[in-house]
Amino acid sequence: MKALVCVKRVPMTGGRIVLTDDEQAIETKHLGFAISPHEECGVEEAVRLVEAHGGESVVLTLGPPDAEEQLRDAMAIGADRGIHLVTDGEEWDPEATAGAIVAAVIADETASGPFDLILFGNESADSGGFQTGLRVAYALGRPCATGLKAVAVGDGSFRCEQEEGGGRNVYELPLPAVVTVLEGLNLPRYPSVPGRMRAGRKPLEASTPERPASRLERARLVVPAGESKQAEILGHGADAASAVVDLLEQIGVTS
Amino acid sequence: MNLCLVEHLDGVATDASLQAFTLAAGLGGETHALVIGPGGAEVAATIPAAVVYVAEHDALDAFAPDAWAAILCAMPSRTGVTAIVAPGSARATDAMARAAVRLGEPLAANCISATPGNPLLLTRIRWGGSLLEEARLHTDCALLTVVPHTLPAVAPGSPGAVERFTPELADADLVVRVRERVAPPAGGVSLTDAKVVVTGGRGVGSAEGFVVVEELAGLLGGAVGCSRAVTMSGWRPHTDQVGQTGNKIAPEIYIACGVSGATQHIAGAKGAKRILAVNTDPEAPIMSVADYAVVGDLHEVLPAISAELRRRRG
Ligand SMILES: Cc1cc2nc3c(=O)[nH]c(=O)nc-3n(C[C@H](O)[C@H](O)[C@H](O)COP(=O)(O)OP(=O)(O)OC[C@H]3O[C@@H](n4cnc5c(N)ncnc54)[C@H](O)[C@@H]3O)c2cc1C
Ligand SMILES: Nc1ncnc2c1ncn2[C@@H]1O[C@H](COP(=O)(O)O)[C@@H](O)[C@H]1O
Repeated sequence: MKALVCVKRVPMTGGRIVLTDDEQAIETKHLGFAISPHEECGVEEAVRLVEAHGGESVVLTLGPPDAEEQLRDAMAIGADRGIHLVTDGEEWDPEATAGAIVAAVIADETASGPFDLILFGNESADSGGFQTGLRVAYALGRPCATGLKAVAVGDGSFRCEQEEGGGRNVYELPLPAVVTVLEGLNLPRYPSVPGRMRAGRKPLEASTPERPASRLERARLVVPAGESKQAEILGHGADAASAVVDLLEQIGVTS
Repeated sequence: MNLCLVEHLDGVATDASLQAFTLAAGLGGETHALVIGPGGAEVAATIPAAVVYVAEHDALDAFAPDAWAAILCAMPSRTGVTAIVAPGSARATDAMARAAVRLGEPLAANCISATPGNPLLLTRIRWGGSLLEEARLHTDCALLTVVPHTLPAVAPGSPGAVERFTPELADADLVVRVRERVAPPAGGVSLTDAKVVVTGGRGVGSAEGFVVVEELAGLLGGAVGCSRAVTMSGWRPHTDQVGQTGNKIAPEIYIACGVSGATQHIAGAKGAKRILAVNTDPEAPIMSVADYAVVGDLHEVLPAISAELRRRRG
């Protein structure tokens, strides 16, 4: 089993989003960075598949030089090596991102054999395009199921599940395949200290692709109105119970 | 001319589809609709489009996203279409992304508004709705999905015409196809339908600590939710998580206890009519998104609320 998982570095906003003066990005001066929880589950799944079936798990990101942090985090959990498509920090749209990922996949497969499975998040945490995985799948001519909450590789079969309307849809795909996954697929492990030590020494290959022009052109970002109010304090501690129940009765949810 | 993909469930067009239709109709010109699969003809009769196309094929009994994309791309009147609009449901989004690749077009996912023209001016959501993006879409055929529950649904009405057709589907379009459907488990109030949701965050302190959350939710006939900090600690399953990467809820009241109010958590509670926060920290970010708050330890406050509810019931 050779598995690839694609992750995107995004800022971890806290209770309030602050934009840069030009309204083109989130002000990240005081923020940490992460990947989407969907992608975290993708990394965990790739590592588990290789633990169970042998082979190699590879993590890929397209992002600024600092995105190496996200690759090392994934390697600390168990990914074997990284591919870094280095950008100047400008955002790439899904078409462009998929194009660069496809080129990197083809180069890697030529050098070291095909990926049985390529995992994506169902959507990126920040821009939420809902399409990069599908674009890559189509370009490679591989089947793709999206929004998965369970995957199982058997003998020559690949079963995966989607949640819908409280129930589940089951797919069976031939490999090689592409999947997009959701948080809840598994419970990702925390990296261990030795895992972190090893991650620093794992191989990482970097290259610098060209960014093509985008047909979906961002004009500006806007923080939605009405986000900031001041809650009416109903009381402190247990003494507030009576005021809370008054409110619940008034809304009509107590019977 | 615009085309709107209309999804249907048990013979009825989904609300999200009728909301998407509103956005499509706002782009001007004629609006056509596409309905796919069994039951499509009955649904077509309720859609106020100039023409409703109904795609019928034996293979469409089970959802096959590539087949849906093939149909979107091979519509009888495709040539005149300048925009294809679909609801932002998981299914429709998946099919639209595939259609975008086949047509060599960009896809703008999760729009809340669009102003006609070339470029098309649109507003779409980011970060699950915590941030908006105003964008220009440069193309002759715009592909858009619409965020559910932000626009009014178009009122049902009769179509100008209904045209049934049998699309040509290749074997390759049916490789990815639902093979088996597992029915939802019976009973219980689902988080997404509940009128009251009581959520516990990291402030609950442990899996056992959730008894006070469960007790209050039970008394109110509501559902229990949790934050990601809780899921990651293994205290509750991910199916209980509210937020950008969890459930999107729309209760009459959302009671968030021991939750700090991170934007990614609140992204799941935007549909709530009111938010009541219970938190020891009067400065917690949730205090500026909640309508009401109790400052205090949830392990004292929640049992007191439950006791008061019982007392008044006698
Ligand atoms: C891309 C992305 C997606 C995410 N998606 C989600 C998501 O879907 N859902 C989600 O929830 N999070 C999500 N997160 C995580 C989110 O950013 C926060 O880390 C998380 O919501 C914090 O959970 P919390 O509020 O329970 O914990 P904390 O932030 O630690 O807050 C705990 C709160 O409890 C209060 N408290 C402590 N003790 C008590 C007590 N005894 N009584 C009352 N109050 C008390 C504290 O004052 C504090 O405000 C996502 C993050 C990222 C980066
Ligand atoms: N810059 C990137 N680098 C690596 N993978 C990415 C990047 N952008 C998006 N992806 C992957 O594509 C998925 C879907 O992204 P999107 O289409 O933007 O919603 C993400 O969850 C990632 O797995």
